[in-house]
Amino acid sequence: MAAIKVCPASELVEAGKKVVSIDGVEIGIFHLQGDYYAWHNRCPHQGGPVCQGRMYNLVEEVVDENRRSHGRRFNEEKLNIVCPWHGTEFDIRTGKSTGAQRWTLRPVKVFVENGEVMVDV
Amino acid sequence: MNIAERKFALPEELPVQEVSTYTDTRQLLARARQEAIKKGYNDWLICDMDAHHVETVSWKEIVEYIEDPVLRFQAQLYHNERHGGTAYGLNGDFGLRYQDVGGRITHQADRRETVKNTKVHRDVVLTRRAMEGLAVDYMVVFPANMLHLGLHPQPDMEVILARAYNRWMVEKLLSVDPGIVSLVYLPFNSPEESCRIVEEYADKKGVIGFCITSVRHKPVHANEYMRLYRMIEETGKPVAFHAAYHWQDPSLSTVSTFLGMHALGFVWCNMVHMTNWILSGIPEKFPKLKSIWIESGLSWIPALMQRLDDQYLMRQSEAPLLKRMPSDYMRENCWYTSQPMERSNMKALQLTLEMINAETQLLYASDWPHFDFDTPGTIFDLPFLSEQAKRNILGLNAAKLFGLDPRRPAGVEDLD
Repeated sequence: MAAIKVCPASELVEAGKKVVSIDGVEIGIFHLQGDYYAWHNRCPHQGGPVCQGRMYNLVEEVVDENRRSHGRRFNEEKLNIVCPWHGTEFDIRTGKSTGAQRWTLRPVKVFVENGEVMVDV
Repeated sequence: MNIAERKFALPEELPVQEVSTYTDTRQLLARARQEAIKKGYNDWLICDMDAHHVETVSWKEIVEYIEDPVLRFQAQLYHNERHGGTAYGLNGDFGLRYQDVGGRITHQADRRETVKNTKVHRDVVLTRRAMEGLAVDYMVVFPANMLHLGLHPQPDMEVILARAYNRWMVEKLLSVDPGIVSLVYLPFNSPEESCRIVEEYADKKGVIGFCITSVRHKPVHANEYMRLYRMIEETGKPVAFHAAYHWQDPSLSTVSTFLGMHALGFVWCNMVHMTNWILSGIPEKFPKLKSIWIESGLSWIPALMQRLDDQYLMRQSEAPLLKRMPSDYMRENCWYTSQPMERSNMKALQLTLEMINAETQLLYASDWPHFDFDTPGTIFDLPFLSEQAKRNILGLNAAKLFGLDPRRPAGVEDLD
């Protein structure tokens, strides 16, 4: 593996992302609340460019103690990356697809060193 | 590791950081193209049996092709003056268009990408870009909103708009690129007018068959359609039933999500028509008539085969024209398009493909640019198919069924 400098950490704002190609290997790097996550830009569903999709907060159903539903809401703590091909959603922190967690994105090691976002590829 | 020791190139930011409605189709589908090259099927003949253009974007042009001068004048005025109106004369589902999942799938919402080539219609360029991205040689293009036209409260309007659309389609899309083909719209509420379309369009360039939109409440086995089926049979070209959803169907009125309604609606309409088609003995009456069942996926077919076979064995007197089991007709006289191919249970899918004799009867379809489109890779990657079976499904079955030249046709090349 080799550590590659991607960009200054200051370039990745909160809930920001950067999608890069390193020798043809496409990687999406995400910044959430001081932590960094990197995933291969390939959706396990049909191979779409998952990291180039939009980010959405996780949608939850509001259910009361009597099991009655009261619509939906966004979970402000959980942010998903959504594959633009078919809408498959993945938790940016875990890489797992939402709901049935059928799929997981392929991880890339990412860290910050001397103010630079680095990835091991 | 010291950065200076790296053996990798510097990271390059991808030009598209976040896909939007303005993203070029070629960029959005670049991954599909790369996959085809990497795996080698970009050199195979690939026929996409079901893709779409958004005809309502061009509706102002299309109404110019309305033959009735009074209605044409009204339509022109409507599109010039009316604020906030949808396409003139079209029925449909207005705002119930949730296909893009709240903006998650932008290519379903719109394609606002730049097209500089003005020598051909914009939809030709968009279609060619999709063909390039998906590594497709022939793309069968259907309309979208018109899939509801069979429920129009004014039956005459179905005829008027279908005739205008067909003329526009042949002139603007089919005549300019041999790789772009279609099955012309039959205004099925009028058997006579449907026959007229067959007479007029059977030999038009790019017309490879005839399309009955499945969202309608007409009995496909009624005597009034026998002349139509005979005429289609004599052309040698197939008739297709193109499914769609329809939330106003009373049987779906309790379904609360687009997911559920879409999952059921696209299947139910073709299950009803197929049941009537088979049990009334259409394949016995017209043994050379080839029917294609489009955009219902595949999982409904084994279910219906078993249901009809089971009941038929107890009630043969209600289907006296049948000489074989209903499933035999469904397997031997009918063809099916693959998308959206249910893949969550590979054993079930394998059995489904065996039951429909996929090696000869299955036709790859993308349904691009809709939210549930399938790339050719969905067929190529199936672990239980031989290479010949994959080649057949991806293109050779369609080439044989439609008499298409198996060589890649030269098309419009300026895609900028």
